[in-house]
Amino acid sequence: MGLLLDSHRRRALARLLLRLNTPLCVVSYMAGVIWFLGLAFSPLTQNTYISENAMGSTMVEEQFEGGEHALSYARDFIAQRRKTGSLPVTWLERTMRSVGLEVYSQSFSRTLPFPDETHERYMVSGTNVYGILRAPRAASTESLVLIVPSSPGTLNAQAVGLLLSLATYFRSQIYWAKDIIFLVTEHDLLGTEAWLEAYHDVNITGMQSSPLRGRAGAIQAAVALELNSDVVTSLDVAVEGLNGQLPNLDLLNLFHAFCQKEALLCTLQGKLQHSDWASLGGSLHGLQTLMLMVLRQASGRPHGPHGLFLRYHVEAITLRGINSFRQYKYDMTSVGKTLEGMFRKLNNLLERLHQSYFFYLLPSLSRFVSIGLYMPAIGFLLFIPGLKALELWVKLNKVDFGPEDRSGLNHSPPQLIGQENRGVALTPLVAPVLISQATGLALYLLPVMGQHVAAQHFPVAEAEAVVLTLLAIYVAGLALPHSTHRVVSTSPRGPDSGWMALKLLALLYLALQLGCISLFNFSLGFLLAVTMVPAAALTQPSGPRLLYAVLLVLVSPGATLLGSLFLWRELQEAPLTLAEGWQLFLSALAQGVLDHHLYGALLFPLLALGLYPCWLLFWNVLFWK
Amino acid sequence: MAMAAPLTLHLLLALLLGSSGPSRAEPERDSLREELVLTPLPSGDVSATFQFRTRWDSELQHEGVSHYRLFPKSLGQLISKYSVQELHLSLTQGFWRTRFWGQPFLQAPAGAELWVWFQDSVVDVDKSWKELSNILSGIFCASLNFIDSTNTVIPTASFKPLGLANGTNHHFLRYAVLPREVVCTENLTPWKKLLPCSSKAGLSVLLKAERLFHTSYHSQAVHIRPVCRDSHCTSISWELRQTLTVVFDAYTTGQGKKDWSLFRMFSRTITEACPLASQSHVYVDISKNSQDNVTLEVSPPPKSTYQAVVLGVRRTYAVYDLLNPATFSGSRSLNLQLRWKQQQDSGGHLVPFLHAQRYVSGYGLQTGELSTILHNTHPYRAFPVLLLEIVPWYLRLYIHTLTITTKGKENKPSYIHYQPAQDRLRPHLLEMLIQLPANSVTKVSIQFERALLKWTEYTPDPNHGFYVSPSVLSALVPNLVGTKPTNWEESPLFSTMFPISDSSSHFVRLYTEPLLVNLPTPDFSMPYNVICLTCTVVAVCYGSFYNLLTRTFHLEEPKRSRLVRWLANIIRRIRGVPPL
Repeated sequence: MGLLLDSHRRRALARLLLRLNTPLCVVSYMAGVIWFLGLAFSPLTQNTYISENAMGSTMVEEQFEGGEHALSYARDFIAQRRKTGSLPVTWLERTMRSVGLEVYSQSFSRTLPFPDETHERYMVSGTNVYGILRAPRAASTESLVLIVPSSPGTLNAQAVGLLLSLATYFRSQIYWAKDIIFLVTEHDLLGTEAWLEAYHDVNITGMQSSPLRGRAGAIQAAVALELNSDVVTSLDVAVEGLNGQLPNLDLLNLFHAFCQKEALLCTLQGKLQHSDWASLGGSLHGLQTLMLMVLRQASGRPHGPHGLFLRYHVEAITLRGINSFRQYKYDMTSVGKTLEGMFRKLNNLLERLHQSYFFYLLPSLSRFVSIGLYMPAIGFLLFIPGLKALELWVKLNKVDFGPEDRSGLNHSPPQLIGQENRGVALTPLVAPVLISQATGLALYLLPVMGQHVAAQHFPVAEAEAVVLTLLAIYVAGLALPHSTHRVVSTSPRGPDSGWMALKLLALLYLALQLGCISLFNFSLGFLLAVTMVPAAALTQPSGPRLLYAVLLVLVSPGATLLGSLFLWRELQEAPLTLAEGWQLFLSALAQGVLDHHLYGALLFPLLALGLYPCWLLFWNVLFWK
Repeated sequence: MAMAAPLTLHLLLALLLGSSGPSRAEPERDSLREELVLTPLPSGDVSATFQFRTRWDSELQHEGVSHYRLFPKSLGQLISKYSVQELHLSLTQGFWRTRFWGQPFLQAPAGAELWVWFQDSVVDVDKSWKELSNILSGIFCASLNFIDSTNTVIPTASFKPLGLANGTNHHFLRYAVLPREVVCTENLTPWKKLLPCSSKAGLSVLLKAERLFHTSYHSQAVHIRPVCRDSHCTSISWELRQTLTVVFDAYTTGQGKKDWSLFRMFSRTITEACPLASQSHVYVDISKNSQDNVTLEVSPPPKSTYQAVVLGVRRTYAVYDLLNPATFSGSRSLNLQLRWKQQQDSGGHLVPFLHAQRYVSGYGLQTGELSTILHNTHPYRAFPVLLLEIVPWYLRLYIHTLTITTKGKENKPSYIHYQPAQDRLRPHLLEMLIQLPANSVTKVSIQFERALLKWTEYTPDPNHGFYVSPSVLSALVPNLVGTKPTNWEESPLFSTMFPISDSSSHFVRLYTEPLLVNLPTPDFSMPYNVICLTCTVVAVCYGSFYNLLTRTFHLEEPKRSRLVRWLANIIRRIRGVPPL
């Protein structure tokens, strides 16, 4: 007999599995967490290096000297901005044209699904202005983008000034092989999204915008710039884009190379690199940075205008000028030189950036963890639901012949015994699964659809109504087990088979979802797995049910979000009080929903339609009668 | 030695006689005209168009011609060997920006373009085309040998013969564009060698590579066609036109000033005409002057001006005749200079009536959309445009998604010719005649799917993307001003490239920008190979493991027939093994 078909061996295997299941799960969980924490330590991280040969050696000699020029442009911009009250489109167009660019503008408008209280906007209309520097002797097949977002809150006047100054300088050079688009967008990400959609002539998010009249071929790379002071102490780089997408690591390496060349202070997640990497302190510092990156990536939000470019397969990063209380300050010229160097290197590209990693985690600017090294962490965690599911499967199939196993005398094939009591009965599961999914669907649809109804009947504004409806439906889901039980008839197959089958299904569903999520957004997958998996594995309708209930509530997706916010601020060394945390949580909920509707972020639908129903299944298991 | 001396003398005599004899005996049958047109463009840049026309009054195809004077022998032999009716080759670096630079005399697509009409006596056109492109590749040092069936098309309507033609059966036409071709000095040198004066004298002394490739746009072309020998058109002559157009970026070279001089542009001045030329002119477009005030000043002041309707607009040119010694009277050389008297605003220029834009829309690597935007800015006249699209086979066009919209309404083309692609054999060819209403924007879009190539079919730089050649627009654009017929042979070369059909419109052929499309590309790197290898190993191991886990083994008594056992025993006995 084959190993698996042999009933003896099968039984022995099954027994082994049952006996070792819990220790294996514990070990696997520990291994996963320890592996993850170990990612910041030296054998798992590598030094970054530029893989792209076309950008290899730093032969560029930067000659940009227009720092003062940039500041005078910035002052003009502020004055014009004050005069017009919005983006000074005509002034920008005139200035760009006088520099020698082909200038176009694009107007757009968008009505948000509900008022955005953080940015204080609801019906948004604005204008993007862009100028194209046409490369000589090139047929406009490729281009690079320098983008500066300018919105009422953050003017980025110095960035606009530097953009104009760089445009002036770039225009007088003859080495360009790719067109360069200098883009100033209004209403930060909304303007960027409108421009990108119009450039690629698609409409994904219901943005209304005028078509673009000037294009410059396939965009190869983009750099977004945010500067709000005349001098900077450091440059912070943001890489996390929409849905956790990251730009090619080479772009970041390029930035890092020029940081070092210009002797600029460059930070990642607002953290400077630790001087001594090999020491324990250095590694812990790296771990802190890495955790911050994981939290930011897991949020799935575009952390800067660059985040929206990644959807279009355009490698992009955002550079932010930070002006803190440090002694040494850098002027616009050195920032401009960094940008000049980067653009000249990108200009040399023969192919799209593809040589280096697209999936990585960064404990610091000069070190990275590649996908091959961080995936085992989630692998260990996802092993647990698999093991648990196998255990349940074995139990469900062997409910009746436990004693026969022990006697070991009965050689008749197990198929003949307890035929009608074996297997997983799927019909009782239909009701809980359907009801959970329906709740998820309600969570996804109702808050935005019912905001006006809610605002009419209760003394709340639309934005509040959305968040409160969201919370109400979320909490109402907790009461579901009582209603589902009315529908569920008692199973004839023994007292335990019902919840076991449901838990089996829920475990498989969870493992599948987490596996898929971790493939495209490791951070999100890992955060959800590290919280949900142990609670999911423990849940059963017997034993300390209250403890299980508390645990389950604590690991529900909403609670994870709240916890992540606290952890996030803790890591940034700006801890939150409970009240602040709650406020932040409410605004994060609203932002999450808005991000989905405005930019197509997937976190909200993923949680509402996938993980929340899955979590409800476990909740049902816990209260199974 | 004694034998050799009279032989050399003989040869010398023959050579001397041969070179002087025929030219004395009969009138020169070939003539050269050279011409340079300098046009300040609306954007502030300056375009310089050189034209060298060699006309040969000889029936190349019917006579066994062996004596060549001005006409290059390499091209002459090509024409007679492959029975070429017309040949147009252009090598271009950069893109003519019609919207900002105005209508060009003759635009060319980025890269290399070759189209040839063969005589109807040619039996195997494809074979001749292949051989011809290979030979041209050698003559011009260009990668024209990459022209094969996957990028050759037979347009039905867009490319008509420009010279004399008996029939226009389009089966004798072949057209190909190589948008990837990079043009450089190595292409310029052989082109210059075809000139009778090479680059030794005349206008061609200005053709210095280091300046010509310092420009925004560089396009060199060779056009060969039969033309009427005289006004009665009783016999034909062959015309070879070599044109070269460059656009100087006034902004970068002039530090923001738009003034220019020949020396600043070419770092040379003109000292003489080509001695072999029968006509040598320099034209400077001073149309901006003729309106109400003098905005620009040309020095030295021109001896004469020339007024004509060019590309539908009335223009004035300052003319410098290099054969006239008075042109060089002041100094030994002619260094044309143009100075703007007042700063002109760059915004208020007249946008050409027809211009176009093309792009790829959509994202992701599965599907996409090719969109062409056609602008007709004429305030009150509609005109039809022939649009030719050549799309490589690896973009699979969904022809049912072809939509043409003008002002929000569907625009039905009056003529469509579509030839679907065959994988690895031929490209898509789409020709349409579209009516453009006055003052309108028309969008032509068609969706496509990106094919997955075989792994050997990727270029060495697959992540660069794949080029799609530009669309070609051919149209009769209404004139602003009516023209009166002029003597074709006597009018300047720049106005006689295209045959004039009637007085109210002029022929325009425009090209859009080429496109760069990314195809789904496997990761040609080490991890990819490792994954492939690992998957293979896992697949092999899985089979045996699964076998081991599930196969059941039974011991079975072998049942053999008596005959088999008998045979086996015989063999065993031979081998010295005890029988069964």
